[in-house]
Amino acid sequence: MAYLRSILRSGKNAVPAVLRREFHRTLPAAVQQVTVRDAIKEALDEELERDERVFLLGEEVALFEGAYKVTRGLWKKYGDKRIIDTPITEIGFTGIAVGAAMAGLRPVVEYMSFNFSMQSVDHIINSAAKTYYMSGGLQPVSIVFRGPNGAAPGVAAQHAQCFAAWYGHVPGLKVVSPWSAEDAKGLLKSAIRDDNPVVFLENEIMYSVPFEMSEESQSKDFLIPIGKAKIERKGNHVTLVSHSHVVSRCMDAAAVLAKDGIECEVINLRTIRPMDMEAIETSVMKTKHLITVEGGWPQFGVGGEILARIMEGPGFSYLNAPAVRVTGVDIPMPYAKHLEENTLPQIKDIVFSVKKTLNV
Amino acid sequence: MPINVFIIIRKSQGSRVVVSARSFADLTPQASFDIKRCDLHRLDEGPSVQTVLTREDGLRYYRTMQTVRRMELKADQLYKQKIIRGFCHLYDGQEACAVGIEAGINPTDHLITAYRVHGYTYTRGVSVKEILAELTGRKGGIAKGKGGSMHMYAKNFYGGNGIVGAQVPLGAGVALACQYQAKNEVCVTLYGDGAANQGQIFEAFNMAALWKLPCIFICENNKYGMGTSVERASASTDYYKRGDYIPGLRVDGMDVLSVREATRFAADYCRYGKGPILMELQTYRYHGHSMSDPGVSYRTRDEIQEVRGKSDPITMLKDRMISNNMASLEEIKDIDAEIRKEIEEAAQFATSDPEPPLEDLCNHIFFNDTPFEVRGTSPWVKLKSIS
Repeated sequence: MAYLRSILRSGKNAVPAVLRREFHRTLPAAVQQVTVRDAIKEALDEELERDERVFLLGEEVALFEGAYKVTRGLWKKYGDKRIIDTPITEIGFTGIAVGAAMAGLRPVVEYMSFNFSMQSVDHIINSAAKTYYMSGGLQPVSIVFRGPNGAAPGVAAQHAQCFAAWYGHVPGLKVVSPWSAEDAKGLLKSAIRDDNPVVFLENEIMYSVPFEMSEESQSKDFLIPIGKAKIERKGNHVTLVSHSHVVSRCMDAAAVLAKDGIECEVINLRTIRPMDMEAIETSVMKTKHLITVEGGWPQFGVGGEILARIMEGPGFSYLNAPAVRVTGVDIPMPYAKHLEENTLPQIKDIVFSVKKTLNV
Repeated sequence: MPINVFIIIRKSQGSRVVVSARSFADLTPQASFDIKRCDLHRLDEGPSVQTVLTREDGLRYYRTMQTVRRMELKADQLYKQKIIRGFCHLYDGQEACAVGIEAGINPTDHLITAYRVHGYTYTRGVSVKEILAELTGRKGGIAKGKGGSMHMYAKNFYGGNGIVGAQVPLGAGVALACQYQAKNEVCVTLYGDGAANQGQIFEAFNMAALWKLPCIFICENNKYGMGTSVERASASTDYYKRGDYIPGLRVDGMDVLSVREATRFAADYCRYGKGPILMELQTYRYHGHSMSDPGVSYRTRDEIQEVRGKSDPITMLKDRMISNNMASLEEIKDIDAEIRKEIEEAAQFATSDPEPPLEDLCNHIFFNDTPFEVRGTSPWVKLKSIS
């Protein structure tokens, strides 16, 4: 019975296993394989159902079902009023969304890519982030800005920038960067329920990646608190801190290093702002070695902020070696595959940096 | 013939004051006035060219406009005394716009404007005291001293916006919320002749027209964007036509009755699903762009004087009411005296109220959130933020 259930639930993964008569692992009864894309959609669907004031707007979110198919099915279910296709006018529709939030609705704005949000940055920062403060607490702005951020295969310079550091710089914003399906679902639900402006940085590379979702995480009230990191892998020798798709690289690098007896502790930041420094410091006090790993540019980046805070905080005196950053290369993203690969941190770069830090 | 009635008032300390009061029985309760025909764009009919003004409304408009006028002049004074700092964009000359618009909409309707905002803050319900105290940066200010001149908010009033043009998509968004919540409310979204060329305004026009948002776009054309006259900034100065597919009307913004009538017309148009409409109010500011602008390097003193002499909105209303026997000069003087007193008291408060305490520095970052730590100027300084 459990075997039958596992075929039905695991979808295409289970069929080859059956044919090959290999039973890799029968999934526990209620665990499901869910892609990040579907997890995001589930979160949107559940929050649209739960609160009438929530609505989606963005380019191609309705009839086209989402440029990356994230919002597939939602327009058919909720209609024109709640799922709104906008013209290609980012600054205009971002302003409209912020105004709607000021008047009491709870919009979720989709950017086809966060690169397009640069046009809207004035509204995200000056109209949304600063308003509660400037008004002395009179005017809150409950809004979520979401969409794919950072690298995507073959999209080149204007479509591959990581905005984590840009938005992470701004007081009044919360900035979230999920990695797994569970992250995406729990954090997006928290973001939509949060009464403040939240920038939700997804990543195109992760959309199709399936993750196991526990029964708990499938519940309609499953929330992950904004501002708390997660230890994806425990280890004693070095702390790797990362966010978004690069967490996958860290996990792969950790598997490679484990063969050499080096145990990495991989921390998935989950939230860029407010950052969970306590989790990082606790880990550093244990491992005494720190490497931050990100896809964004090095100057004034997420890693730079973590290192500065480690220097200023209790973690510093525990370090046995200088903390370092592994980052994207300080150039616009090139197109050619080989060049593109060498612009982002690869597994070998992480492994190399760990061994240098540990002096092995 | 007016009947003179003597009233004896016993003041609290026992002294007695004799006041001459005129009976109001012989004043006209209401009168009909001709107002200028509006220029129309994509409209077959415009607002009526005649409007009825009651004595009560007339006195109220007078009082409100005069209060805004005196409040702005007081702000000028306080700025020159360096008690108000930073930006201060004064509204004197444009009072008919704020007062006429408020007269044409309901308190449950919504309004958003740019940085020349003190007049609207008052007409939307904030007291002179709280406005002046915000200008002087005190804790009794409407934004607790944290916003300043350009960032004042109230119920159904969304500021107060410092980025030119940004308030227009925001206003269209408030209109979207009105439509979404189906309460037959409208949003008045104001911008100036300088902002009228902003791209995001056209983006807002497009979406407002596409989705038939209940948005009244109003361009307050005071002829100068900072120091650049409209002819030097805009290829087309027919701002009421710039909405293209959005119907528009051009209104005499110095006449409070014209503004009221046009606003009523526009609100009726919008409120029941016809979509957005655009109004251009032709108005004038006496002060320069801001307190750091004397306002005479790009226009002549003669021009300013001429407008003051021929088109002052407060004088126009007063003359209309007096010459139609709708109010007496004494009444007007009394109102002026009351306003002067109110402004003085407000200024007193605004100069004596303490500044917000340092403990408030990091508060109001997030709404409805648990308290959290904020980094101070150095790693050893840990400050606290509560909602």
